[in-house]
Amino acid sequence: MSMNDNKTPGGLSLTGFKKWYDTRHEYAKEWKKKNPKGKVMGYFCTYVPEEILYAADVLPVRILGSHEPQDVTEPHIFGMYCPFCRDCLAQGLKGRYNYLDGVMIAQSCLHIRQAFTSWQLHIPVPYSYYLPMPNNVQSKFAQPYLRGELEAFKKSVEGWTGKKITDKDLDKGIEIMNQSRRLMKQVYETRKSDNPPMTGLEAMYMAVSNQMTDKREHSKVLEEALKMLPKRKMDREPGARLMIVGSEDDDTEFINMVESVGATIVIDDHCTGSRYFWNEVKPENDRLSAIAQRYIDRPACPSKDWPARTRLPHILKLAKDYNVQGAIVIQQKFCDPHELDIPAITKMFKENNIPTLFLEFDVTVPIGPFKTRVQAFLEMISEDALF
Amino acid sequence: MPNKYPTEQLKSWNKAKEIRDNYYRDYADAKKKGGLRWAGGAWSFGAIPAGLGDDVYPITGEPYGASIAWNKEFALACQEAAEKKGYARDLCSYMRSYWGSIILDKYLWGGPFPKPDFMWQDHICCSHSKWYQVANELEGGKVPVFEIDVAVGPESEVNKNRVDYIVNQMLEGVDWLEKVTGRKYDDQKLIEAVYNECRATSVWAEICELNKTVPAPLDEKTMYSLYVLGTLMKHSKVVADYYEELLAETKDRVKRGIAAIPNECCRVMSDTQPPWAFLKVFRYLEKFGCVSVGSLYTFGLIGLWEVKPDGTWGAKTTPQQKGIKIKTREQALRILAEWNLSKPEWQHFYSPALKSDMMIRIAKEWKLNGVMLHYNRGCEGLSLGIAENRLALQKAGYPVMTFEGNMGDEREFDETRTMARIDSFMETLDLKKID
Repeated sequence: MSMNDNKTPGGLSLTGFKKWYDTRHEYAKEWKKKNPKGKVMGYFCTYVPEEILYAADVLPVRILGSHEPQDVTEPHIFGMYCPFCRDCLAQGLKGRYNYLDGVMIAQSCLHIRQAFTSWQLHIPVPYSYYLPMPNNVQSKFAQPYLRGELEAFKKSVEGWTGKKITDKDLDKGIEIMNQSRRLMKQVYETRKSDNPPMTGLEAMYMAVSNQMTDKREHSKVLEEALKMLPKRKMDREPGARLMIVGSEDDDTEFINMVESVGATIVIDDHCTGSRYFWNEVKPENDRLSAIAQRYIDRPACPSKDWPARTRLPHILKLAKDYNVQGAIVIQQKFCDPHELDIPAITKMFKENNIPTLFLEFDVTVPIGPFKTRVQAFLEMISEDALF
Repeated sequence: MPNKYPTEQLKSWNKAKEIRDNYYRDYADAKKKGGLRWAGGAWSFGAIPAGLGDDVYPITGEPYGASIAWNKEFALACQEAAEKKGYARDLCSYMRSYWGSIILDKYLWGGPFPKPDFMWQDHICCSHSKWYQVANELEGGKVPVFEIDVAVGPESEVNKNRVDYIVNQMLEGVDWLEKVTGRKYDDQKLIEAVYNECRATSVWAEICELNKTVPAPLDEKTMYSLYVLGTLMKHSKVVADYYEELLAETKDRVKRGIAAIPNECCRVMSDTQPPWAFLKVFRYLEKFGCVSVGSLYTFGLIGLWEVKPDGTWGAKTTPQQKGIKIKTREQALRILAEWNLSKPEWQHFYSPALKSDMMIRIAKEWKLNGVMLHYNRGCEGLSLGIAENRLALQKAGYPVMTFEGNMGDEREFDETRTMARIDSFMETLDLKKID
């Protein structure tokens, strides 16, 4: 896919995000060389409070899979759990994350938890932490509880790193995270235009690489990109404006295929996408309280979206704000939390005259059959537009 | 060949059946008596709604789903009804059966599905709260729902912040119950229910402990019909009293050398819920003189345990045995929260190693020769970490057989293949069919 302006004013290129995504391990190893006192923490879920890690000069990197078939996790995780959690564990068992100084999880779904607990059992790492993030985020008691847990986590990180985390450090961590969130949201804002200045694939590389690089460095490139994007003209027709909704998704091959057959993905609701950066920490004197509130308020993972379904109005608002013509609803195979939301989400889209296509993802996706289904879906959308 | 040990039927068997039958009938008939109905999970804090009065009748979802599994035709109709509504086939099979029963508007014990006045659930498994979120939607979306998050980490890491989080939700829940039912809450009834729950769950552990005896006085297939009472209403006097009666009878069986099976020569345990429609698996083991004496599931789903001074596992000492007088609502709720946080089946949600340690302890103390793990496709919560449990048990020196199935969806159980696996496993354990 070519564009008439690929470079940012500073000479940086949007393809840099893809490079970071493709060379995530080399990046982290290089980061350690440049920051000999710094530690790298691998994390399993986006409810991990990265503010505290940045405050402690720790680089948080999200552990993701490689989308390759593998057989190393069979002895460790029963095959009825999602392919994503097994793909993540496979990376550890294959030694690809051998540079990590620590691993942690913030409690979310049972599936990814198994990748973390098997990692603890079989992959030696000097530090590990299980943060019992509340599930009942709609309860008024969740925030004070989480604040207490963040206090305990902060103390644990101080013990691990040997560095006292001050309010000033926390302010630094909050600002690093908030700046990144602000910039990502501004980038996403440009996708509202009739002819978005970037593809969904580029946005995915940008968002996912954000989870595996130092945000200070990532934000610099985002700032550059933001100067360039308003002027950028794409030499492709945007086609149908689509939203993609679902569980973790960094299946770039799939997104590329969808955008090659007459569509642009203009917005997502993924934890590898908008859910990760949609809201900021609102400053308070009590920094931990402010951080806790941010994670309570963030767009919910389905495992925490009860008793009310807050995801529905949030997703619908995104669909309307980004003027989507259709939604692709995806889930990782066997992902119970998303399976429990999908009928309600599909119904909501239907009631709002937004056609949906449901697809179940595995570690690799059958691009050929999926392409046929996407083409049929796009044809249906275009017929709807005609009549 | 003469039998090795005498056997006899449990004298209290019919009473257990009667309690269960009454439970489901009372739920259906609650309105005839001017009572209230509530629906929730088997682990929900049933002692709390008990404070609304003696005419408040629960239906717990998991045992209801298990009961449906016994009726193959109805089970299939329920599964298909849920699937037709768009719910994935790999979701919890109890949950799908329960939803199917609502969708079809058919109660397993006859008549339409009785709509609850409120839903009262806890949450440690991803499916717990979503179960009742969807159930409410299927009921028309007007049933009040209250759900308590209990996923605050393992017992060994319990602290004030974590217990406070649960207790605060419980206290709010009491106010909510008063509001949605219009009834005045009776703290004395809550306190009684908490005492009952502690008694019932401790006595059940004591019953299971007696199965350390050789020959085992109870087999797991029988225990399934007994532990279930704790999953229905562990907070009730009737269940606590029944377990006391069963304990006395089991002690008597031990004293008289009464065995669960006549030719016990091999002892195993299982894990997770069994494929309910195929309990014949356990009868098949008997042909080899093999008895399943229980599992962490049958012992620890409801039973509460502690390490005794001699280092072995025994029934947890109740607050009343410690001489604790519960005087206030808050004290009762705190005791209830702390009591449940030590539940064995809640520990593995944080690490399979915690469960492996308990399973290895059972294997040693209950003198087991092997383990049969049910890789249960129907339950993401209890199958969690099961592959790591297998590795740990093998490392500890126990032969392990695994078989795949589903507790509530028989489409995922291959009977012939499982029986063939059992044959091989028995051979591994040097067992032959007894003529």
